[in-house]
Amino acid sequence: MRHYVANRAIDAALTVWLVLTLVFFAMRVLPGDPAIAALGDQATSDQLDAFRALMGLNDPLGVQYLRFLWEMLRLDFGQSFRTTEPIGGLLAAALPFTLELATAALLVGAVIGVPAGVVAATQRGKAADYVARVLSLIGLCMPEFYLGALLLIVFALRLDLFPIMGGGGAPLDRLHHLVLPALTLGLVMAAFTARLTRSSLLEVLKRDFIRTARATGIAERSVIWHSALRNALIPVVTGFGLYILTMLSGSISIELVFARPGLGTMLVSGILARDYPVVQAGLVVFAFFVVAVNLAMDLLYAAIDPRIRSGNA
Amino acid sequence: MRHPATIACMAICAIFIAIAALGPLILPQDPLAQSFISRLKPPSAAHWFGTDRYGRDVFARVLLGTRWSLLLGLAAPLIAGVFGTLIGAAAGFYGGWFDRIAGRLADLLMAFPSLLLGILLAAALGPGFGNLIAAVSFAFLPRFIRVARAATLSVREQLYIEAAFAVGERPIRIVLRHVLPNIAGPMIVVATLWIATAIRIEATLSFIGLGVQPPQPSWGNIIRDGLTNILGSPWPVLTTGLTLTLCVLAFNIVGDAIRDAIDPDYRE
Repeated sequence: MRHYVANRAIDAALTVWLVLTLVFFAMRVLPGDPAIAALGDQATSDQLDAFRALMGLNDPLGVQYLRFLWEMLRLDFGQSFRTTEPIGGLLAAALPFTLELATAALLVGAVIGVPAGVVAATQRGKAADYVARVLSLIGLCMPEFYLGALLLIVFALRLDLFPIMGGGGAPLDRLHHLVLPALTLGLVMAAFTARLTRSSLLEVLKRDFIRTARATGIAERSVIWHSALRNALIPVVTGFGLYILTMLSGSISIELVFARPGLGTMLVSGILARDYPVVQAGLVVFAFFVVAVNLAMDLLYAAIDPRIRSGNA
Repeated sequence: MRHPATIACMAICAIFIAIAALGPLILPQDPLAQSFISRLKPPSAAHWFGTDRYGRDVFARVLLGTRWSLLLGLAAPLIAGVFGTLIGAAAGFYGGWFDRIAGRLADLLMAFPSLLLGILLAAALGPGFGNLIAAVSFAFLPRFIRVARAATLSVREQLYIEAAFAVGERPIRIVLRHVLPNIAGPMIVVATLWIATAIRIEATLSFIGLGVQPPQPSWGNIIRDGLTNILGSPWPVLTTGLTLTLCVLAFNIVGDAIRDAIDPDYRE
């Protein structure tokens, strides 16, 4: 077990290093001078030089790279070029909006997706199965931001049930603002979950212990919901890490649709304003998230499945 | 392959490809022409998809935007396919340190969903279509390396490879003459499966503002622009999004059908 944990931790550290390196070089190889981006076209060459010296842009690339790694690992993101606000504060303000969206969407996805998958599997080949499969295919093909825009048009503009934009203030208001974005991402999640639940349940229903359970006269309902589903949900639960990450990528465009002041919005407005430190911080935080989720999932598997711990799987 | 829905989807894909290929030749009107009096109009005989906030014809813009979507949709899997096949085949065939490093890097990058990796790289590289192609191709690369490596490992065990070694063929020649032709099939299947995803990612990145830059139209930026004026008219968003969804759906279904036809293991 200790060996396994150590290996996973090394993987996580390597991934962080790899992504930081990619980000650093991708941002440095580009034509375009960060000093001009920060100070604008009107800046004098003295001002530009002073800025470069201040930011360490005149140092050799290797020195800049090591300093970059060190700052990112300490979560020292510096300050915004544009507003000179410390980026740590911007992140702290944005993060809760993204996290609450992801959490709510996960719940919606599980609550809709699992039952839909069960119905599709138990009614295999019938109308309900067909409907569930077509809906989940559409859910997988429709870009999240379009689904979000549709919900926005119907429920916020036409029916006027929900606010059009923003993240909300007071707790209830925030919840009100959360409904449509969470429903959007949750429906996409539900499409994934339903597909996975269906195929996994169909697989389990073929096994011997299900035949035995049926033969002993246990009600079909109970066979499905207790015996079969419990086993069928293992791949669904282990797929959770992937869901969270898929949702993280989806949340960026969803935040734009609903103008939520989250991490994605921060990243995108940084990109548009060429505010390099903000972009860099956004990228690194997203990358840290991916690595943390993967590491957590790997450790969770090991806790659930002894074969993985001993390295026999 | 013969299912009516599959055939319909193939026809839809063919239409999209034709639109992308013909591009400017078939535009009903100038997609960049602004008209103050016909701003934010709903669909009509003159403007099938309505008009945007500058009075530009959304249908013409969607037709022209098809180019960018399909260009990336085909280019990213192709570029990732070529490089991924070469790297994966070399890793699988030669083994050793190259295999360990390439395989490890690919595995580590697989931790990222391709959309997120694409967004991160495109954000780091900055807006623009060239950067977009580079970012998405790179995001796909680990998937292709992995498949190519696995396919090469199984080809390597075949008798004809042993025979080629026995008659003294040089390794590089064996890779080119025997390995690459034999893993080409699975690689092409993988590439077609990624077309739909690539189109989706292009739309998402253009929506975010990282892809094709306005005033050039792409599906993603038309939707973004429509969203800023959603109170004025929802039509640009509705029609463009529907086109995009239809395109992704059609390429998705055709990709699955091709895979099923070639690899019976997947058939349900």
